Amino acid sequence: MAEIRVAHLRKAFGAFVAVQDSSFTVADGEFLALLGPSGCGKTTTLRMIAGLELPTGGTIRLGGEDVTYKRASERDIAFVFQLFALYPHMNVRRNIGFPLLAQGVPRAEIRKRVEETARLLQIDHILDRPVSGLAGGDRQRVALGRAIVRRPMCFLMDEPLGTLDAEFREVMVRELRELHNRIRATTVYVTHDQIEAMAMADKIAVMNHGIIEQFGTPQEIYDRPASMYVADFIGSPPMNFIRFTAGLPKGARAARIGAAEVEMPEIRADVAPGELALGVRPEHVRFAEASPLRGAIYGSEYLGTNQIVTVETEGGLVRARLPADHSYAIGEPVGLTFKSERLSLFEARSGRAIPSALHEGALDREVRHG
Amino acid sequence: MSPAKSTSATARSVTTAHSVVEPSSRSKRIAATLVIVYAVVTMIPLVWIFLTSIKSPPDSISYPPKILFTPSIEGYCNLFTTRTRQTPEYIASLPEPEGVCDAVTRERNMVIAGPSNFLPRFANSLIIAFGSTFLAVGLGTLAAYGFSRFKVPLADDLLFFILSTRMMPPIAVAIPIYLMYRQLGLSDTALGMMLLYTAVNVSLAVWLLKGFIDEIPREYEEAAMIDGYSRLQAFRKVVLPQATTGIAATAIFCLIFAWNEYAFASLLTSGSAQTAPPFIPTIIGEGGQDWPAVAAGTTIFLVPILVFTILLRKQLLRGITFGAVRK
Repeated sequence: MAEIRVAHLRKAFGAFVAVQDSSFTVADGEFLALLGPSGCGKTTTLRMIAGLELPTGGTIRLGGEDVTYKRASERDIAFVFQLFALYPHMNVRRNIGFPLLAQGVPRAEIRKRVEETARLLQIDHILDRPVSGLAGGDRQRVALGRAIVRRPMCFLMDEPLGTLDAEFREVMVRELRELHNRIRATTVYVTHDQIEAMAMADKIAVMNHGIIEQFGTPQEIYDRPASMYVADFIGSPPMNFIRFTAGLPKGARAARIGAAEVEMPEIRADVAPGELALGVRPEHVRFAEASPLRGAIYGSEYLGTNQIVTVETEGGLVRARLPADHSYAIGEPVGLTFKSERLSLFEARSGRAIPSALHEGALDREVRHG
Repeated sequence: MSPAKSTSATARSVTTAHSVVEPSSRSKRIAATLVIVYAVVTMIPLVWIFLTSIKSPPDSISYPPKILFTPSIEGYCNLFTTRTRQTPEYIASLPEPEGVCDAVTRERNMVIAGPSNFLPRFANSLIIAFGSTFLAVGLGTLAAYGFSRFKVPLADDLLFFILSTRMMPPIAVAIPIYLMYRQLGLSDTALGMMLLYTAVNVSLAVWLLKGFIDEIPREYEEAAMIDGYSRLQAFRKVVLPQATTGIAATAIFCLIFAWNEYAFASLLTSGSAQTAPPFIPTIIGEGGQDWPAVAAGTTIFLVPILVFTILLRKQLLRGITFGAVRK
């Protein structure tokens, strides 16, 4: 097991820059999710750590050793592919034992370790089956088995649950996390699914256009997004943005939006007059008759335990997550209040978060990571 | 993703009462009839050659052709031997014939003078055809892998140039090759023929195999390299086993070309390196119109290709990568 330290990593394919100046560290035994839409550079980053692509610049260290330009076979890593890449001409046992064969492990030892691994993953009953007939989940477990059998320094996984159906994916999310808790291997997991990332990862790196927008724990990323991009990408439905124009002095605790004075966490920097965006999670929106912030019901989605109500306001559509026990008529006027200590403030042009009491110093660290 | 696909699949399996996917028994019968008719039409010349090979020379040239006849081994005897004509008195003075062929030959007032050139020529064919197939498929596999997996500068142009060697009939370059081979001392050598057939076949092999290797997902090699193997080991242990189907199909095409090639063989070989195709027609000149011997040579000539194809049939038909990668 080892730490992965990536510094100023860059990859260009001709004129297209897939990854630019990424730096992050995955601590020993930590589970990092690289999260982002397709084409954001997350898979390229993973493939560079694996040694399947050579970087254009920067360094990669595994357990202190510089492996930036080493061959994949010389790095002590395991990789789980999206399409599993089980060798079709071998049965399950030989698939799992294949990496040990490369290391010249004696036959009896291979047998023992393959069987141990199979028991761990509960696939010992299919060891002698050909891989071509296996169900998606078993195939997934065989791919995991092939990865863990040789106890590598770290695991790299490229959307390993992408091809499973939704129901089974939840099971595998739980299994993967349990497996990680048991063997505590440093893991980098690429996904475009925020739920997978939130459920499994110790740390999440949100990527966009080859840049790491934010690096932090799932809570930090959800509660204190470093940019409007992150705030919009994480959460379902995503964060509401209420745009307004103002300048705020350092220490300000409220801003004027239309007719209303909205309280927010204390601003830690002077904000030059310009367009700002107030970020509000749907669960932090409440209806209050007396509120001067007015809107009209636009629509609602019933979700069982709660409902998402969309309200049309001067600043745009605002979605609120509310208890499902009351139904609203379309066009009905309502007043809105927000949970003031949980609000984010962004500079609308750059999309960056404005440091405030919400971050308690955390934002500075996160911004530097980006 | 899959929900839409799976619902359409279940919907289809529910409506099995009158399936549109399964062919009806009527269309099956029509298809079967067509296949049988085609098979009979293509088999008739082969059957005729085989029947001729077991006729006696007079039966083979009788008109109208004989469908019913007494089988004779004479064609095969004549194929493998050279014979000299002798007077009946001399033949009568000889000791008892050894073996069937000896007896058959004496009935025609001839005695066996020695073995014919058929066996060495047949051996030449085997060596040259299998040797060149092995070389062409080997080189073709490596080249195709390179074109498929690496960024080769001007790859498209190179592939076009490779294919361009097939754009004219090979015999168009017969004279330059003849002169070149004379200079190089490759005329009438097995090595020369092997190189020539390899050169002709390698372009076909590269193109065919590139298609097959393109179909093998790169993830397999990447997985193998991460599992601790070098690229060459990954190629050998992971790519090759999965390319078997393609390699078998390519090998059969190459072998058939090299085995049947007549024009270059008759131009460039005359003696020790002569292959069976130019040799077989020369049999007819030895002692009259010996059609059964020619037919016997042709029949035996067909056997290796037949055996090779049957041996590789399993590889040709097997889709071994089925289901291993979800697309």
